[in-house]
Amino acid sequence: MSEKFDCIVVGAGPAGISCAFELAKGGAQVLLIERGEYPGSKNVMGGVLYRKMMEDIIPEFYKEAPLERPIVEQRFMMMDKESAVTFGYKGMEWGQEPYNNFTVLRAKFDQWFAKKAVEQGAILVNETVVLECIIEDGKVVGVRTDRPGGEVYADVVILADGVNSLLAQSLGFHKEYRTDEVALATMEVLKLDTKVIEDRFNLEPNQGCTIELFGDATKGILGTGFLYTNKDSLSIGVGTLLSGLVKHKIKPYELLEYVKNHPMIRPYIQGSESQEYLAHLIPEGGYRSMGRIVGNGVIVIGDASQLVNAIHREGSNLAMTSGRLAAETVLLAKEADDFSEGMLDRYRVELMKGFVGQDMKKYKNSTHHFDKFPQYFEQYIPMMNKAASQMFTVDGSSKWQKQKKIWNDLGSAKEKMKLAKDMYRAWRVIK
Amino acid sequence: MSEQKKGQSIEEKQYLVRFNADTKSHLHVKDTEICITSCPDKICTIFCPAEIYKWEDIRMHVGYEGCHECGSCRIGCPHQNIKWEYPKGGHGIVFRLG
Repeated sequence: MSEKFDCIVVGAGPAGISCAFELAKGGAQVLLIERGEYPGSKNVMGGVLYRKMMEDIIPEFYKEAPLERPIVEQRFMMMDKESAVTFGYKGMEWGQEPYNNFTVLRAKFDQWFAKKAVEQGAILVNETVVLECIIEDGKVVGVRTDRPGGEVYADVVILADGVNSLLAQSLGFHKEYRTDEVALATMEVLKLDTKVIEDRFNLEPNQGCTIELFGDATKGILGTGFLYTNKDSLSIGVGTLLSGLVKHKIKPYELLEYVKNHPMIRPYIQGSESQEYLAHLIPEGGYRSMGRIVGNGVIVIGDASQLVNAIHREGSNLAMTSGRLAAETVLLAKEADDFSEGMLDRYRVELMKGFVGQDMKKYKNSTHHFDKFPQYFEQYIPMMNKAASQMFTVDGSSKWQKQKKIWNDLGSAKEKMKLAKDMYRAWRVIK
Repeated sequence: MSEQKKGQSIEEKQYLVRFNADTKSHLHVKDTEICITSCPDKICTIFCPAEIYKWEDIRMHVGYEGCHECGSCRIGCPHQNIKWEYPKGGHGIVFRLG
């Protein structure tokens, strides 16, 4: 099959499908290649899908897409071994149109989304691995697949092949990632009765809650855990930098069991039944780990270009926006009949101008910072728990005495200085 | 870790997952000698989320059939001693939910 398309998109995740959808809608002939049995069969995320970036592609998608629950409450637990300081926000405005975000199960959602791209005219081919890009005269002109005679040509190839983008790597766009540039996340989907979920999480029907877990959920290693409500299941997971697992010699599935059995978590999931276990890498190197994302005849989008905002657990939305902007650029390139790097660079410029680039830049030092200074997770979260316990335990001592004790427990003047410096530094990297 | 017994084992977790394994492995230890002589920790046997790497005296057993295709071993092997490819199209892990 030596066919030629306007564009080939490699990988049917949120980035690739968004791109294929927009291209097909704009009248381009687009081939979407997926290596799994169906779109979603290789894809994993905790489960939060953001409404805005999805609606930029399909308005009012929530009226027909397979979603789990609109999220009305987001909680954050700063955990110690047997306690947690919790804060959060719950707002009824998130429970109605236009909504803020939803939990989704990716195998279901991605299949639906890919079907919408096909309805626009994209051609979806499953069960096909792209082995390499075909390069002629310094320009990507197509891909070689693992199908017999499987060379396909196009004016532009979009790499949306995820965190393990061997293709972008083979083009020399980025080096192999280091263990502190990726997080390994494991998760489970736990079946639980709808009514029980709503009672335990204080929800009305068709409302959802997300809980992010910090501190002891990762045994003080840089990373987070999460517990999300689906319709009749919970998604629970934990992710840490791969470097942290290596350094502390921790088995990821044992860490997941640790979270599931944590006294702050166990009551939420009691009586549930495991339905699926999943593992995946998350690109968390941020802006500094982004390699080249544009070349002659080629554009990189989504996880393949490290587009994840780890601090705000955002990724699929960055992926969708990158896919949409890539499609816009390819359509303009098609009009101009110019697929050079100079022309396609418009994608990079637009991406960096918008929220994706701005947020990537804003948090460019965060992963590295919190990795370099482990005291935030190892010391300050337990300290916060101890202070809350002291302040709220009524034992006959006065509040002034309690405050004095908490102040003294922060350590010597030198240690307090260090704490203040660390807080300032943390503020600097996220401000 | 001591709390392992209390929870669900990795074998039980893996039992929940659907795999459509190829007949050939997509993962290869490039040089077993490196595992023997230069890698006392054999850290891949620890961080692999599916525990597919198992050290057997003089060789690394690779149970590729249960691989989640996450890529950790390729990045995490301290000696870049693992050749990592995607399984043939349509093969390997098949997530039904998450």
